[in-house]
Amino acid sequence: MTEISIQEIVDDRPTGFRAQFGEFWSYFSENRGAVIGLFFFLAVVLIALFADFVAPHLPNQQFRDALLLPPFWQEGGSITFPLGTDAIGRDMLSRLIHGSRYSLFIGCIVVSVSLVVGIILGLVAGFFRGRVDTVIMRLMDIVLAFPSLLLALVLVAILGPSLINAMIAIAIVQQPHYVRLTRAAVMTEMTKDYVTASRVIGVKSLRLMFVTILPNCMAPLIVQAALSFSTAILDAAALGFLGMGAQPPTPEWGTMLAESREFILRAWWVVTFPGVAILLTVLAINLMGDGLRDALDPKLKRS
Amino acid sequence: MFVYFLKKLSVVLPTFLGVTLVAFVFIRMLPGDPVMLMAGERGMSEERHTELMARFGFDKPIIVQYGLYLKQLASGDFGTSIITKQPILKEFSTLFPATVELSICAMFLAIFFGLPAGMIAATKRGSTFDHTVMTGALAGYSMPIFWWGLLLIIFFSGILGWTPVSGRISLLYYFEPVTGFMLIDSLLSGQEGAFTSAVSHLILPAIVLGTIPLAVIARQTRSAMLEVLSEDYVRTAKAKGLGPKRVIGLHALRNALIPVITVIGLQVGVLFAGAILTETIFSWPGIGKWMVDSIFRRDYPAVQGGLLLIAAIVMLVNLAVDLLYGLINPQIRHTD
Repeated sequence: MTEISIQEIVDDRPTGFRAQFGEFWSYFSENRGAVIGLFFFLAVVLIALFADFVAPHLPNQQFRDALLLPPFWQEGGSITFPLGTDAIGRDMLSRLIHGSRYSLFIGCIVVSVSLVVGIILGLVAGFFRGRVDTVIMRLMDIVLAFPSLLLALVLVAILGPSLINAMIAIAIVQQPHYVRLTRAAVMTEMTKDYVTASRVIGVKSLRLMFVTILPNCMAPLIVQAALSFSTAILDAAALGFLGMGAQPPTPEWGTMLAESREFILRAWWVVTFPGVAILLTVLAINLMGDGLRDALDPKLKRS
Repeated sequence: MFVYFLKKLSVVLPTFLGVTLVAFVFIRMLPGDPVMLMAGERGMSEERHTELMARFGFDKPIIVQYGLYLKQLASGDFGTSIITKQPILKEFSTLFPATVELSICAMFLAIFFGLPAGMIAATKRGSTFDHTVMTGALAGYSMPIFWWGLLLIIFFSGILGWTPVSGRISLLYYFEPVTGFMLIDSLLSGQEGAFTSAVSHLILPAIVLGTIPLAVIARQTRSAMLEVLSEDYVRTAKAKGLGPKRVIGLHALRNALIPVITVIGLQVGVLFAGAILTETIFSWPGIGKWMVDSIFRRDYPAVQGGLLLIAAIVMLVNLAVDLLYGLINPQIRHTD
């Protein structure tokens, strides 16, 4: 029998962040929809960043001699206004391009606020249990008892209609999902040996919570963040549509739809394009979210 | 089962108390005090203001006020609308059937199309049909339904002229509401064309409201079905020589339905949120439109009462689903 030298069984596969990312990417890229969603989303991000250069006109510039002009491929349309103009002569394309900034901004702010607060509350609830846990979870149950859009609507009614207040309201409404997810993940991790070991060697609570446990709870939170990014955009657009979000003349997509409602039977393009923009952006993020879930969630992996 | 019921109730009751607290705090967080809100734009004299504050108990300590509010709720008094001067419970209960009718029809569409679509997609996994259904479901899930409603109006009402744009029934028909459900009332009235009119008013809002539940149900059915199809007992059934129809229809479907039913139950909140948008677009005289209108009319007692009633209904339905679930699946009762 030949002896196996030590070197031969040493695992020389790369480790660390690059390897983790490599594994993640190999799963993620298997999902064609997710990759398409990712590239579309990146394109929207680029458009939003360079809106000033990409947009042919200023979003609020009014062309008095070009009211309700159809898109360029229809009779009467002009290539100066590729997607037509609205009722007061503003270029649809430029407004849509600038609108992407608002939607991404809303998504980012809402997700970061509810993620950070949700993680803290969830960690505290799952780590300390007992009375603190009961109080936090009951509070979250109360928020969840209301239909989300209704609660957001009422909160905006209290705070006053504006984009910032709409974002605050949506962040509050989305909070409980993060708290629940974090708490559940923390409670699972708490039973594992590495946590007990850390405790035994005297790691302090705060460090244990944020440095030891939290990184192992991130997978479901990342997935939830992606999915709630799209919900935030949808809800903000809905609030804008109801007149309780961004106020005119802000080129926010939902607000644009609200302004266009009276032209619904006369000028289809004013109604159609903002909705297409919302739908495609949200769809891209959801496709991405599905891919993230398949790649990150070991339970659902390969199913 | 009784213990399970009590356990569920012990969670629901404090939450409901919390919900009443939210409704109570809501009206006090608005700028101006409650009496000023009731007076609205008109304003009032200093003495009258103090007198009214005392009459409604707004000068008492806040905790006493909350106690009074709870007592008032317990006697079935949900406040009075500033605009119509009607009790809120009465307004709510006249409008509620319209929302229920719309929601039931939306849910019916969602189940009628979503369940088979998800099932077939699962059995033909990886096929073009599967991909189409899943892409369609994700698009439906990502749909801004207020825009979807406008598109349907442009196409079916504007271009084709098939359906009316708003309301529940044509103005040509009038009859006293018996059940509050237009489809049933129009049949009962015996007037020719009334039922068709009611259906043509209902169909677009029902499609719009049913879109997201449809997508959710299709996705959920597919994944539940896929899970069940890989179980041993399905393989055994196949090995026994049962035809695919029997295996899927009899063995797999029954077990796949459990998670699907839960998801259907959980759509109640989603339906209410959707009803706010759908009813606004189609001028459907239900609870959702009433809430939005009340917010815009600054009819805050109506918003307060509506908020509480809607939350109570959602909680009751969720509780019922929980209990039903415990009844179907005894395992649930004994865990946690």
